[in-house]
Amino acid sequence: MLVVAGIIFFGAVAMLVVGWFRRDRPGLPFLGENETLNTGLVVLFGMAIPIVILVALFIVSDLVLLPETDAPAAGSTTMTVTVIGHQWFWQVRYEGEGAETANEIHIPVRTPINLVVRSADVIHSFWVPELNRKIDMIPGQANNIELYAESAGVFRGQCAEFCGLQHAHMAFRVYAEPAPKFKAWLAGIKRPAVEPTGAEAQQGQRAFMEDGCAACHTIAGTAAEGTLGPNLTHLAGRETLAADTIPNTPGYLLRWIQNPQSVKPGTKMPGLGLGKKKYDAIVAYLTELR
Amino acid sequence: MTVTAPAATDVRLKRLETIWKESPGVLGWLTTVDHKRIGILYFFTSLFFFGAGGVEALLIRTQLIGPNQSTLDPATFNEMMSTHGTTMIFFFVVPMSLGAFGNYLIPLMIGARDMAFPRLNALSYWIFLCAGTFLYVGVFSGNAPSAGWFDYVPLASKAYSPGPGIDFYALSLLFVGISTTFGAINAIVTIFKLRAPGMSLNRMPLFCFAFLAVSFALIFALPALSTALVLLELERLLGFHFYIPSAGGDPILWQNLFWIFGHPEVYIIILPAFGIATSIIPTFVRRKMVAWPLVALAEILVAFLGFGVWAHHMFAVGLASATTIYFAAASLIIVIPSGIQLFSWITTIVTGTPRFQTPLLWIVGFIVLFILGGLSGVTFAAIPFDQQTTDTYYVVAHFHYVIFGAAVFPLLGGMFYWFPKVTGRMYNEGWGKASFWLTFVGTNITFFPMHILGLDGMPRRDYTYGPEMGWTGLNLIETLGAYLLALGLLSVFVNLAVSLFRGAPAGNDPFGGDTLEWSTTSPPPEYNYAVIPKVSSPYAMWDVEDREEDARNLELGRKTLEQGHETAASTAVDAEWDEILEMPSHSAWPPLVALAMSGVFAMVLLQQWLAAAIFTVVLAVTVAGFHLKEPEEA
Repeated sequence: MLVVAGIIFFGAVAMLVVGWFRRDRPGLPFLGENETLNTGLVVLFGMAIPIVILVALFIVSDLVLLPETDAPAAGSTTMTVTVIGHQWFWQVRYEGEGAETANEIHIPVRTPINLVVRSADVIHSFWVPELNRKIDMIPGQANNIELYAESAGVFRGQCAEFCGLQHAHMAFRVYAEPAPKFKAWLAGIKRPAVEPTGAEAQQGQRAFMEDGCAACHTIAGTAAEGTLGPNLTHLAGRETLAADTIPNTPGYLLRWIQNPQSVKPGTKMPGLGLGKKKYDAIVAYLTELR
Repeated sequence: MTVTAPAATDVRLKRLETIWKESPGVLGWLTTVDHKRIGILYFFTSLFFFGAGGVEALLIRTQLIGPNQSTLDPATFNEMMSTHGTTMIFFFVVPMSLGAFGNYLIPLMIGARDMAFPRLNALSYWIFLCAGTFLYVGVFSGNAPSAGWFDYVPLASKAYSPGPGIDFYALSLLFVGISTTFGAINAIVTIFKLRAPGMSLNRMPLFCFAFLAVSFALIFALPALSTALVLLELERLLGFHFYIPSAGGDPILWQNLFWIFGHPEVYIIILPAFGIATSIIPTFVRRKMVAWPLVALAEILVAFLGFGVWAHHMFAVGLASATTIYFAAASLIIVIPSGIQLFSWITTIVTGTPRFQTPLLWIVGFIVLFILGGLSGVTFAAIPFDQQTTDTYYVVAHFHYVIFGAAVFPLLGGMFYWFPKVTGRMYNEGWGKASFWLTFVGTNITFFPMHILGLDGMPRRDYTYGPEMGWTGLNLIETLGAYLLALGLLSVFVNLAVSLFRGAPAGNDPFGGDTLEWSTTSPPPEYNYAVIPKVSSPYAMWDVEDREEDARNLELGRKTLEQGHETAASTAVDAEWDEILEMPSHSAWPPLVALAMSGVFAMVLLQQWLAAAIFTVVLAVTVAGFHLKEPEEA
């Protein structure tokens, strides 16, 4: 496509350059006067050649290649993952497994996956450039595409449809892993959260449940069953926070929960003003949620 | 042949001048119905919005100059991005091309003395001014829209955009749509009915074909937008449900309605530019256009086909494959009429005797940018490619090549080309060429790297990006390019402003132009032509014998219509003498109607329903006044 475009572009510019060299002189010696020939040139370059190129482009891209981006046929996949777009994070559900996570999607390599996308609020668009096309996440509608990774690796994805204040910070990661590793990971996130062990982490759990966090977040196996924010059951197992905005380290986590609006202005997560001690405790609790 | 004394000619001109005279001073501008003055008002008003949109663009580029910048906070960035697009499309390009260029030039090119409906024309302008002011009252009061220029729901619904920004957007677009509809109707009737007798359709300048096609496209496209906006405001202000899925609505309805308007709008933006190109090229290459009938047909075909392709903006929405394939094929077909025009321009230039003066330079620049924008445009019809590049900077690159490169460059070229006609003075040629090169280089530095960023995955409308993405270098280059581009544009307008006072006198026809406007004085008198011109080809000005006949007719007092405020009307196709039209003269009603209409829109925005009803009554009164027959003047 680029080569053909290049030929067309430089061909047309070459004609203009000829015009430049012929400036202030009457038209080309063999063309200038013959209107039939000139019109013929317009028809040749403006109609005939484009028709050939366009038909070829249409057949190759829209008839031959297009089916590769189609939604998977029913029964052609063995696993369904639903991703739900929220302002501004990704809720990820493994259908039939009872497993839920957020912002990081693990998939087995060389396994076609039926990816269903939905939205909880405005229109988002699910896009992992290296794995497949964009697919819009539209409220009230479920779209699906096939997600297929040929080899193991981490693939960055991001929201591609403008969705408000933090559209720029709505990214995610897809981890394509060998089947055994993926199975182990899935088994891990199906388990409820571990109970905190250290004294500070236990204080943190109490603060989490009593001071507001639990209203929006779910931690499976505890009283926290909020659904407005991402599921935190295995937060410590994730590499990033706030939809791939900052790394998941205790330092960044503290900054994030203490003052979310400075990290990601406009995020739906409020700063709760709890005092440094409680925040440290909550960080201690969350970092244990492997 | 009897030759009357020149004194008789002078008497005739004097009489015409008296008949067509408008009030002096500010009052004259407020009450004018002269298409040339209205064109000038349109020019300066849309130029102001060009400046505003330009400042917004520079703010956006400054925010993106490096990773994690904080020149603009995310909310302000989204407002600037939304307002930039809305302003440039609805309040700059369309009013500049149709309002300023169309208004000023259509009657001159067809040998008429005014537009068909002069008062309606004034009303279009005042509504446009009020609608633009309406939007910017929102912007300056901190209530700019922030859901992007295509304003997708549910992001634009009350739940996710609770402030009045979206209402300012929706109501100002409804408001300006009234103006554009009036303008389009006026242009159609003018072109069909007021052509100088003899100018049958096959002798009409291609410029007018382009504007005719655009005006028809507007009349059919705008209702879709207005419908979408009315439904949105019913939902936002009165709690109706059209787009909210939880209440049985459909957010895709908005997208369909918006793009049924939005894609024809692309051709509405670009066709006037094509028309300007087909005016400038023959003059500067000293030859007639190659394949004239094909170009005329192509202009109309583009406007028509533009209605069948809207869903190519929606290939990622999850439409059925059969639907996307149809829209891809339809989009590819549009390449053909565009290709015809493109190669007609190129062949004409190559086979002519080109003089690369400033106006032609802008047109050559336009051709180069249009090819690039067109080629990247074709790639979107390859659906799998579109599904990767849509909503990335690749699209941003594409439509800036098309809208800025292909639509605005000819407008700038046209400003240089007709500057001597409008002002009677010449612009500075060396400076004009320098401005062109600055702008051309700036445009490419700004927009070309966006292709690469888009292919590398940078989404459009991100208010920032991280350093780890590797997008820093190209973004820096783009921003510097944008500053260069701004400098180029600034130099254009400084040149024109200085030349307005210091330019050398231009004379009637400084370039050897091909169309009628070059036969009258610069600037043209209020009545445009003392004699209804004789026309026997699309290159009327080059038909020397016809122009000599006009001069004889003036001396003899033939076809001068000097008994009243009159112009000639002819039949729609063959342009045979039909009747002599009595034209309305200046009126204070158009600005009053526009003001009353502003009151209605403002009260709807504020949800003051009683006040809105009162303003509606006031509006009805002013509309009645508008229709009053003016008192007979002695």
